[in-house]
Amino acid sequence: MIEGARWKKWLWFYLPLGAFIVALLFPFYWMVVTTVRPDGELYRPWNHPLYSPFWTSHPTFEHIRDLLQETLFNTWMLNTMFIALVSTLISLLCGVIAGYALARLTFRWAGILGTAIFVTYLVPQTLLFIPLAEIIRDYHIGDTPWALILTYPTFLIPFCTWLMMGYFKAIPRELEECARIDGAARWQAMLYIIFPIAVPGILSAGIFAFTLSWNEFIYALVFLSSPEQKTVAVGVTSELIRGDVFFWGSLMAGALIGSVPVAIVYSFFVEHYVAGITGSVKG
Amino acid sequence: MAQVRLRDLNKKFDGTHAVKDVNLEIRDREFVVLVGPSGCGKTTTLRMVAGLEEISSGDISIDGKVVNNLAPMDRDIAMVFQNYALYPHMTVYDNMAFGLRMRKFERPEIDRRVTHAADVLGIQPLLERRPRQLSGGQRQRVALGRAIVRNPRVFLFDEPLSNLDAALRVQMRVELKRLHERLETTAIYVTHDQVEAMTLGDRVVVMKDGTVQQVGAPLELYDRPANRFVAGFIGSPAMNFIGATLAEANGSLWAEAQGLRVRVPPQKAERLRRHAGQRVVVGLRPETLRPATAADSDYAFDATIDVVEPLGSEILLDVRVGDSPVVARVDPGLRFSARERVRLAFDPARVHFFDATSEAAI
Repeated sequence: MIEGARWKKWLWFYLPLGAFIVALLFPFYWMVVTTVRPDGELYRPWNHPLYSPFWTSHPTFEHIRDLLQETLFNTWMLNTMFIALVSTLISLLCGVIAGYALARLTFRWAGILGTAIFVTYLVPQTLLFIPLAEIIRDYHIGDTPWALILTYPTFLIPFCTWLMMGYFKAIPRELEECARIDGAARWQAMLYIIFPIAVPGILSAGIFAFTLSWNEFIYALVFLSSPEQKTVAVGVTSELIRGDVFFWGSLMAGALIGSVPVAIVYSFFVEHYVAGITGSVKG
Repeated sequence: MAQVRLRDLNKKFDGTHAVKDVNLEIRDREFVVLVGPSGCGKTTTLRMVAGLEEISSGDISIDGKVVNNLAPMDRDIAMVFQNYALYPHMTVYDNMAFGLRMRKFERPEIDRRVTHAADVLGIQPLLERRPRQLSGGQRQRVALGRAIVRNPRVFLFDEPLSNLDAALRVQMRVELKRLHERLETTAIYVTHDQVEAMTLGDRVVVMKDGTVQQVGAPLELYDRPANRFVAGFIGSPAMNFIGATLAEANGSLWAEAQGLRVRVPPQKAERLRRHAGQRVVVGLRPETLRPATAADSDYAFDATIDVVEPLGSEILLDVRVGDSPVVARVDPGLRFSARERVRLAFDPARVHFFDATSEAAI
């Protein structure tokens, strides 16, 4: 394609792109630098002759060691992993089935039901945690992983349902009709034809749900209290900030290590994920 | 092998009456084509036979047994869809084997049938490929293969050729016809293309607005259309229609319009005499027209040439008779030019008359 003068492309494409990338990646860079910076440098005032906020000449793993040995970080990681996986599985199972039903079964209230499910997704968590807290207290599951495993689906299921509904609608109806003529019952057509084709959609719904539960903060903060039950997001921020004392090095190490699993999940499935979002089914 | 019978079949969607009182008897091993413009109810009719669409009223029976409430899987039919509907995540082999696996066939039998069908259709080398790696024509064959492996009682085709390019469509049309002669299975075929309907069908059902207009062998529809719609739909270029008035003069009947005065052939005069003095529509097929000679005086008219379309094998003359446009299909050896006056004659045995209001053939 002919784009005109080269400077125009630089001005309108590379420059904004560069600025965007810097803005996106700088927090991660800051996390890395702070993690490996020794305490002596961290608390150096800005007018010190050796003040260098963007790099360090004496990298150290001290903060990471502190984090892993002095805190319950490993437990938090395991807690988060368990909670995120189970709530993702529950939400996927419900979301896929509900999405299929809303997309394919022409029952009377399908449209209204679909909208209603979406509306529940719009209720802000900052309001919803108040009634949920009461329910959790009544069922005596406060301060256990189940408090989160059972509440995360309240926003994950609507989300998965909508994503899957869109995906199922993009799959030609004829595939299913053909399968049914070929001798498959509806559940068989669903299982052998529609679900395998929808794998990219299911994967992206799963990735999204996993990320959302991994990063969730409010419910985790409210429903869990003892340190050994906490998730990474809550544990790091509550145990490494004591009053007005910020353990910056360990705090950043926790944030860095805490974001690794999500990064791995994304990079693993990135192709399926893109296909799932763009919803392409080729015959 | 089966007879299919549709009795007073109706389909109503919210607010629209898509199929109205369709009655049709399809004989064993017959190839019946449903043809009509889009929205005429042909696909809905087919889908009701398949069991994909509920029947509002009426009956569908296969081999004398009413199948109205039978699920698609229990009707023992196979269907080829317009977009082929191949399962994208399966190989060609698995696509063809799926129906047999669902029906719990033994593995060697599945293998035998798939291999045989692949042989018949010439897709042996493609068995391990996936649908996305195939061309349009190859996908079409796989879709056919998936239908024939099951030896169903009835084949249903829903515009199977309309996604192919013109050359391939002609080729697949011939292959379909050959395949049907070889398999001898009852088939119902839906298309909007009258050429496909004429070449493939043992009998053709012309539909419009949910009702059957005429059922008959291809040439019967062509030679004796039941109404103006069928006459205009079958044949290409389409039949010419000229509004005229019938008048009695010198002991014979004449059709008169602006710039036109032709005699009603004696064999038709008897039936038309009742309509004397009334408006009728004269139907002339382009291929029945030719430049007139002196002997044609009663069955000829003057026209002005608008456009000359030389097609090599024939010439299409777009002419005006009075203010009606008329197309004539004439010998390629003749020379014409635009604006020229020409006198055209028609074959009196092949002129059609339609009632101006009911549009039924007279």
